[in-house]
Amino acid sequence: MSRYLLDKFLYTVDRDPELVERYRADPAGTVEWWEAEMAGRLLNCTGDERTTWLSFTEDERRALREHDHVTLFQMGAHPFLTLTLFIAMFERDHGPLEYQRAYGKAMAHIPMPYPDITT
Amino acid sequence: MAELAAVIASTHHPFYHRASTATGADRPPFADEWVAKIERFRETLTAAEPDVLVMVGSDHFHQLWLDNMPQFLVGKAPFFDANFYNEEREFGLPRMTLRGQEDLAAHLLRDGLDRDFDLAFSNELRIDHSITCPIITLRPQADLPIVPVYTNIFAPPLPRPRRFVQLGRALREMVESWDSDQRVAIIGTGHLSLELGGPRQFGEHGPDPEFDRKAVEWIASGDIEGCLAEVTLDSLHSPGNATHGFMDFMLMMGVAGEGRKADHVDTLDLFHTMEAYFTWYPQGDPR
Repeated sequence: MSRYLLDKFLYTVDRDPELVERYRADPAGTVEWWEAEMAGRLLNCTGDERTTWLSFTEDERRALREHDHVTLFQMGAHPFLTLTLFIAMFERDHGPLEYQRAYGKAMAHIPMPYPDITT
Repeated sequence: MAELAAVIASTHHPFYHRASTATGADRPPFADEWVAKIERFRETLTAAEPDVLVMVGSDHFHQLWLDNMPQFLVGKAPFFDANFYNEEREFGLPRMTLRGQEDLAAHLLRDGLDRDFDLAFSNELRIDHSITCPIITLRPQADLPIVPVYTNIFAPPLPRPRRFVQLGRALREMVESWDSDQRVAIIGTGHLSLELGGPRQFGEHGPDPEFDRKAVEWIASGDIEGCLAEVTLDSLHSPGNATHGFMDFMLMMGVAGEGRKADHVDTLDLFHTMEAYFTWYPQGDPR
């Protein structure tokens, strides 16, 4: 399991307007492309200096493909990153604060302490 | 030596800008009361007549990332561009450019290192809403040079609460030992209880009103030891999963000093989180 790589996916998609739309419209294709092309990109280095060892587990791919914010939370993905990106993708389909409240309600069954987010 | 003109601690609510500028049906019912409280708060900084602002905040995974994460970082640059695409997108925050005060930044870095704080630095820092929100609320003309100081309250492992208090105490001594005739205000922003991306988010109040009540009392009365006796990295999970931002308030309590009562205290109970505003005048109240 790689909380770091989940966070890297959420971070790099959230900061790019085109990727936000692409992930909303085609989550499976975006996750497949991202893991192949972006997962090993070291963000502060040139393109040739790729990281060679980062990959998702199948459960992580599935959670990202299914836009499953509850499972991402349970896996310890950073909740700020998930929330910010998911608001960008889905708030537009709902009334004021409706999406944010439903997002929290879907996790009402998760007990404290919450999953560790340390990377 | 430089004079510490004011110490200010505040929440940084990214929706203030949108709420305060909205009109007609878009204007939330609490906007007028919020604006009135902010304007009174702003007067406390204006009255201090500062020349330069040290701004303590925390990057929200904008420029600082997990491949290279500093615990405490000072921005040293002639200018700081500000706010990011996702803050425009979600909060409607404007792009800004603020001047930097490089002499003070250099002094904080040298003096901080010599006081055993291994401060990271950045010569090209784009600052986010943890610093631009208090500019918008407290100094909307954005005319004063700043020195940003970033803390990690966001990406564990985090420094412990006591370290934030220690850095606050040192920051005050560092500012007061700056060889300058400038008047410096130190402004820091954090959170009371807060939940982001968890089950308790966006409720009718902050996730833990009892924690908020105690936190306001600790800050307003300068009860650093009482606060440290109850607040740990583990305990901060229980009021809400983003409550570690309270450690920036603890840093500001360190700046203000043990037992030092705030000269201005105000709060506003909003949905999702409680707003809280504090000002101390180390040289006496100029108002």
